[in-house]
Amino acid sequence: MSNPGTQQAIRFPHRHLLGIKDLSAPDIDQILDLADSYVELNRQVDKKQNLLHGRTLINLFFEASTRTQSSFELAGKRLGADVLNMAVSNSALKKGETLIDTAMTLNALRPDLLVVRHQDSGAVELLAQKVDCAVINAGDGSNEHPTQALLDALTIRRRRGSLQGLLVAICGDILHSRVARSNIYLLNRMGARVRVVAPPTLLPAHIDRLGVEVHFDMREGLQDVDIVMMLRLQQERMHGAFVPSLREYFHFHGLDYEKLSRAKPDALIMHPGPMNRGVEIDSEVADDIDRSVIREQVEMGVAVRLAVLDLLSRNLPVNSSAAGAK
Amino acid sequence: MSVAATGYNSAPGTHLTAYVNARMIDPASGYDGPGELLTQGGLIVDAGPKLFTDGVPAECEIIDCAGQVLCPGLIDMKVFVGEPGAEHKETLESASLAAAVGGVTTIITMPNTDPVIDDISLVEFLKRRARFGALVNVHPMAAATQGLQGIGMSEIGLMRQAGAVAFTDGERAIANAVLMRRILSYASRYDALIVQHVEEPMLAEGGCMNEGEIATRLGLTGIPDAAETIMLERDLRLVQLTGARYHADQLSCAASVEIMRAAKRQGLPVSCGVSAAHLALNENDVGNYRTFFKLSPPLRREEDRAALVAGVADGTIDVIVSGHNPQDQESKRLPFAQAATGGIGLETLLSVALGCFHNGHISLCDLLARMTTNPARLLGLPGGKLSKGQPADLTLFDPGKSWIVTHNQVRSKSKNTPFEDRHLQGVVLRTVVAGETGFIREEV
Repeated sequence: MSNPGTQQAIRFPHRHLLGIKDLSAPDIDQILDLADSYVELNRQVDKKQNLLHGRTLINLFFEASTRTQSSFELAGKRLGADVLNMAVSNSALKKGETLIDTAMTLNALRPDLLVVRHQDSGAVELLAQKVDCAVINAGDGSNEHPTQALLDALTIRRRRGSLQGLLVAICGDILHSRVARSNIYLLNRMGARVRVVAPPTLLPAHIDRLGVEVHFDMREGLQDVDIVMMLRLQQERMHGAFVPSLREYFHFHGLDYEKLSRAKPDALIMHPGPMNRGVEIDSEVADDIDRSVIREQVEMGVAVRLAVLDLLSRNLPVNSSAAGAK
Repeated sequence: MSVAATGYNSAPGTHLTAYVNARMIDPASGYDGPGELLTQGGLIVDAGPKLFTDGVPAECEIIDCAGQVLCPGLIDMKVFVGEPGAEHKETLESASLAAAVGGVTTIITMPNTDPVIDDISLVEFLKRRARFGALVNVHPMAAATQGLQGIGMSEIGLMRQAGAVAFTDGERAIANAVLMRRILSYASRYDALIVQHVEEPMLAEGGCMNEGEIATRLGLTGIPDAAETIMLERDLRLVQLTGARYHADQLSCAASVEIMRAAKRQGLPVSCGVSAAHLALNENDVGNYRTFFKLSPPLRREEDRAALVAGVADGTIDVIVSGHNPQDQESKRLPFAQAATGGIGLETLLSVALGCFHNGHISLCDLLARMTTNPARLLGLPGGKLSKGQPADLTLFDPGKSWIVTHNQVRSKSKNTPFEDRHLQGVVLRTVVAGETGFIREEV
């Protein structure tokens, strides 16, 4: 099979993918179109391409990740790149020193693509200023997780045809969530309407100014929505500090069939994973094959990352001397 | 530019200097007009519109001010120096050089050094180091609590005797209400000024910029206004209980200005300050995680900035400080949440503050009072006025001339100025400390 992208006139005017904030609607459409064609590639026996032959992709994860890291790894390998995974322990050194030091070290290894996850907002952008290669944000603090929003959009688009005019509820820990922010930016840009549903302690200040409707009550928030996006409640935030207890949280904010009944009958259920069953989502709802697209999201994750690597690699310098160390 | 090689303390002598042809501004008397001034050794002998009708005395050095503004040397009530403990960021010498370049003749140093200035020997150490290494006057503020730990009171009486001009925990609030009450109560007996960093620490925990839409968009933890107003209002109640002199070192929001305005109307013995940066910048300057704009208290909304300017103009805010806080590259080139707070400000204090005058909010004389007469009065220091017997600490500047802040020109050892590459208006021409010229700008 030929490279899915070659048939289309492609112009992706970005060196890095740092956030959805930087992308226009045509940019997003372009990524999703290309990702769509990669879905087919992934379903074939021979998934190998040579678009990134000779290129080096480094996965640099300052925070643990299973699905994001493995899907970037697979995407890189399927496109023929050499892939190196680096998990940086942040126990010994001060985190920031590790970041800059690591950036300089990595730069000397001359990667072409660098996928970075870091626990601090803005850290990936800072790193992008220090290296010569293309940088992809795989999640920074509570700021952005652009490929997650893109894979969510691809999942929805393949089920519903378009994002335009859909009503989407994002539910749970919005305050700490980079997934929520990237999704809010993307959905707004593509013409969907967004609601956020959470207890007030898990909503950041002035979230309404990001162009979302704010609800504290799940039943109201889910009324007539097309899409229900659940967010993970992080262990350390569960007990006392932000919500009183797991059972109270599940009672008022966990997604079960009763609350889901307010949504449209064909509403899709999404979750970026990993799930806390019985905390933010009832196990049965999560596994409902008619409604839940949670596993499909994982599959779309690889396709979106293939598309992103493909697009960014088109802007990489061909001449080796152009990418000299600073 | 050049800087005199020797410190001001060498040979107090009887050297006469006449400053002629000045626009003399004396905030203490409210005088703003043509003026002449005579100094002998380290003191002002006389000042007035026309001193030398019979000619300048013989053997007198004459300095022609060319119609530029001559005012009391600036007193900066909030300066962090790296000495002792962080000399790679700033020494007393480099800070005093930056001060002289900025027209500042007296700096008040903050106690959060390593070791913390919480002992008479350290107060004396600082004063001794300053005597030999500094171009300008240096007066330490000492820690209000031992080791800045917020647990036990420091030796306020002894350190006051040793020369500490006020007591503060620097960038930490004295959070414990009982301890604060006792500190205020105890300090009142020595007429010592207690300076508070007005921020409720638990409400500000983990915060790195103003809480609001921008912090939300950047995914950063915000610090609400209430962290400041809660601490301020609590402290004002404790001042009512104790009658002590209290100074809120930096206000950052409109609500705080309103609270202080009311407290002053009630006649409480309270005062407050603001940094020049907070009069010129707002949270939008943080932009895309620009750590040079990570300050404490944080830059807030434009409405807050405007209210702070109004507070300076109507006298609610007593002093303008630089909040000079040198941080090296390693401390600032970090993800925003991890980066150190603070910006340098000695060299830009006057020019940035002059923005309030150029924008028509305040007269030049009233503006200068916030950096001369008022801090001198609060701290019980000489200076801040142009009259007989006062120290010959003087600043000569051109209020209208513009300049661009460039990295290479910064004299401070650390270069973390939030005003890098900005146009500012107002250039310091000459800084005189105890009768000796500590800095003179030559290229003008």
